[in-house]
Amino acid sequence: MYRRKTQQRSFPGPEDVLRQTLPNGITLLVRENFDSPAVVMSGYVQAGAEDTPPDVAGLAGFATDVMQRGTQQRSFEQLYEEVESIGASFGVSGSTHITSFGAKGLAEYLPLLLDILNDVLRHPAWRPEQVEKARAEILTALQEREHDTAQMSSLVFHELVYPEAHPYHWSGLGYPETIGRLTATDLEQFHTRHFAPQGMVLVVIGAVKAETAVQEVTSALGDWQGSRPARAPLPPAPPLTERRERRITIPDKTQSNLILGWPGPERLHPDFIPCFVANTILGVFGMYGRLGQSVRVQNGLAYYVYSSLDGGIGPGPWDVVAGVNPANVDRVIELVLAELRRFRDTLVPAAELEDIKSYLTGSLPLQLETNEGVARALLNIERYHLGLDYLQRYRDMIMAITASQVREAARRWLDPEHFALAVVNPEAPADADHGG
Amino acid sequence: MNLLRTTLDNGLKVLIREGHTAPVASFWIWYRVGSRNERPGLTGASHWVEHMLFKGTSRWPEGKAEQSIARVGGVFNGMTWYDFTTYYETLPVERLSMAMDIEADRMANVDFDPAQVESERTVIISERQGNENSPMFLLQEAVMATAYQVHPYRYETVGGLADLQTLTRDDLYQHYRAFYTPDNAVIAIAGDFNAGEIERITERYFGTLAAGTVAPAAPPAEPPQTEERRVVVTGGGMTDYLTLVYHIPEARHPDFFPLTILNAVLAGGSGFLVGGGRLTNHTSRLYRALVERELAVDIYGNVMPAVDPGLYQLTATVWPGRTLAEVEAALLAEIDRLQDTLVNPAELEKARRQARALFAYSSESITNQAFWLGFSEIFADYGWFMRYLENLESVTAADLQRVAQTYLSAANRTIGGYHGSVDGRQ
Repeated sequence: MYRRKTQQRSFPGPEDVLRQTLPNGITLLVRENFDSPAVVMSGYVQAGAEDTPPDVAGLAGFATDVMQRGTQQRSFEQLYEEVESIGASFGVSGSTHITSFGAKGLAEYLPLLLDILNDVLRHPAWRPEQVEKARAEILTALQEREHDTAQMSSLVFHELVYPEAHPYHWSGLGYPETIGRLTATDLEQFHTRHFAPQGMVLVVIGAVKAETAVQEVTSALGDWQGSRPARAPLPPAPPLTERRERRITIPDKTQSNLILGWPGPERLHPDFIPCFVANTILGVFGMYGRLGQSVRVQNGLAYYVYSSLDGGIGPGPWDVVAGVNPANVDRVIELVLAELRRFRDTLVPAAELEDIKSYLTGSLPLQLETNEGVARALLNIERYHLGLDYLQRYRDMIMAITASQVREAARRWLDPEHFALAVVNPEAPADADHGG
Repeated sequence: MNLLRTTLDNGLKVLIREGHTAPVASFWIWYRVGSRNERPGLTGASHWVEHMLFKGTSRWPEGKAEQSIARVGGVFNGMTWYDFTTYYETLPVERLSMAMDIEADRMANVDFDPAQVESERTVIISERQGNENSPMFLLQEAVMATAYQVHPYRYETVGGLADLQTLTRDDLYQHYRAFYTPDNAVIAIAGDFNAGEIERITERYFGTLAAGTVAPAAPPAEPPQTEERRVVVTGGGMTDYLTLVYHIPEARHPDFFPLTILNAVLAGGSGFLVGGGRLTNHTSRLYRALVERELAVDIYGNVMPAVDPGLYQLTATVWPGRTLAEVEAALLAEIDRLQDTLVNPAELEKARRQARALFAYSSESITNQAFWLGFSEIFADYGWFMRYLENLESVTAADLQRVAQTYLSAANRTIGGYHGSVDGRQ
């Protein structure tokens, strides 16, 4: 009928992705794309909340906020005058295991963006007035979180699922008391100790020749030396052995938010891919999978319900999230548990599994359509050591998954009797507190 | 750019953009219906109709369309706005005709089963309640209802709770029949194909649909505002938010472009285009005056492109310990400065460079290309988008001062404040 006109371009792989590790330990991945005049640069350094104890929760994020508020060479105003006057974007953000950075601009500005990245990562200024501004912004965000049902349900859920010794128990944004007492010296010491080129990954995608990108990255960051202390392995996140539930209330709201879930498999766990397929069936495919069909379509009980599988470096959550009328919370929980039991008891029918595989493999071209999408995929590949040919192998890997693998994975990870449940209600119903 | 424009005999406008960057296609159908076409008793009808279009037909029973799209790895969704309701599919280019089949079918054949209407009532009320959890939704709803006294832009697309409780199946069905006609719709397609072939396939799917019999009535015009209006919302939380809106002309009006540059100078360039990405606004005038001086935690500006006269909006989150009045005074002082003194050439040039970069980013994905084809046709025509940069380039400092003086007057504004009183009961 009609044919695609582009020359068949295969998924990014060893043929068209340049991967090189600089002598100082920075791994660089570059893919050329001259379809648009822009370039995207993103990556991470190995510094995060994991590196700090709970009594300074929020330190890593606070430090990255201040880092991008001025360097020894550039005041806050100079930094953003350079970025904004060329219509570029630039940002750094801290999370549990890494500090991510990203920038986008017209390709001619890549050297400038790299210079700014180098300056921010290596030479932040820690000016007291900028520390205080960043602190006020975080305290406002924490104030908003106290009254945000979705954020509070996530906070409570993490407290229920992970023991206090685990970094996932604690909020990356911190708490008013920890943010309130951190000093500029704390931030600077965190930076000095943990920011290093060792283990840093940088991806450049866009209208720049690969060899030019290598030269420019080397010129900006090649002389950075140093290493960071080795990390201890993450403490265990034991499987839940009870139904662990907490319901809290926030005044003056109308909708309830609930999260029900478990610690999930890490990305490199052998169960991850079967669990990923299972999660797609449960709460992603079509308009949010089987859960969407049951809760939203058949029973009209929620505006949204979906499931998500974190699958990162550690045992991030596998959870079901819903926004519902307070009167329907318990019915929704029962429907969710019924779907989980069905999942464990019955093999996924062959036709349904074929649909899911077709979706997972067919959606790849859309995910890789933009520079940002390719950058995300390559960062993922590098972070989890999946191999440069991963996207080319992906189809075969998904197609090989069987219904019994999916069921076995679900049986190991989705326990309908033992789970954590966080509910944030608008106001206290009679049976508000089930303990926790 | 290879653009094909045509109008079918039944009045359906079709815009096709051929491009060969990725093996995908994006299909959008836009209906000229949104809260702009609603009245008391019927608010939320357009949005509810959008939900019903996902409830299936006899040819595409509920769930079949989204599963078929998902099965080929595509994405599928809809959205309702003040001026339009739109549905789109982005999918591998070989499957493009599936999108046409689904959309041609549900333009005419959704039966609005009463049981499904009732089930969706709970879902939509739940959606509204989710919105109500957000202070910014509550403030926005109050400000729109104050700035517009007559024009239906005063209604949020989700609808008022009382109407969501009482709208009937027949109300919704009539709304659907009145507005879902080929002569009230625009199709926009972008992708890796031959535009002429796609035109013929579009004709085959949509050419037999019957045109509407009655042209939808124009909404009542908003009378000029003659004095400043204020509204205060008290709710939960500990944070205060300030928002200011000024009436501005419709997107087709030449002053839309100087107002767009004015916003970049005041509040940063991110408001330029959907899909263009987000820029920081730390060197904008209002960031310096409000955030740098620790009166606000953030500040955003938006020039709303609209079919009828729209709004220019500025919104700030108040710094802890500061007051709504302090933020308002500092913000209005910056507006006075814009009215009194010409903007310097460097600020103007920065705004233009931001616009050029964001314009380049906004067309990177096939989905965004098709979005812009249709979106600009809704309130102007595709030429609006094609001449967008040219029109921004020609804006002068004197133009900025003139539009600041013309539109950013006290009598033309509504000031809304959200006061967080912790438990929402003060």
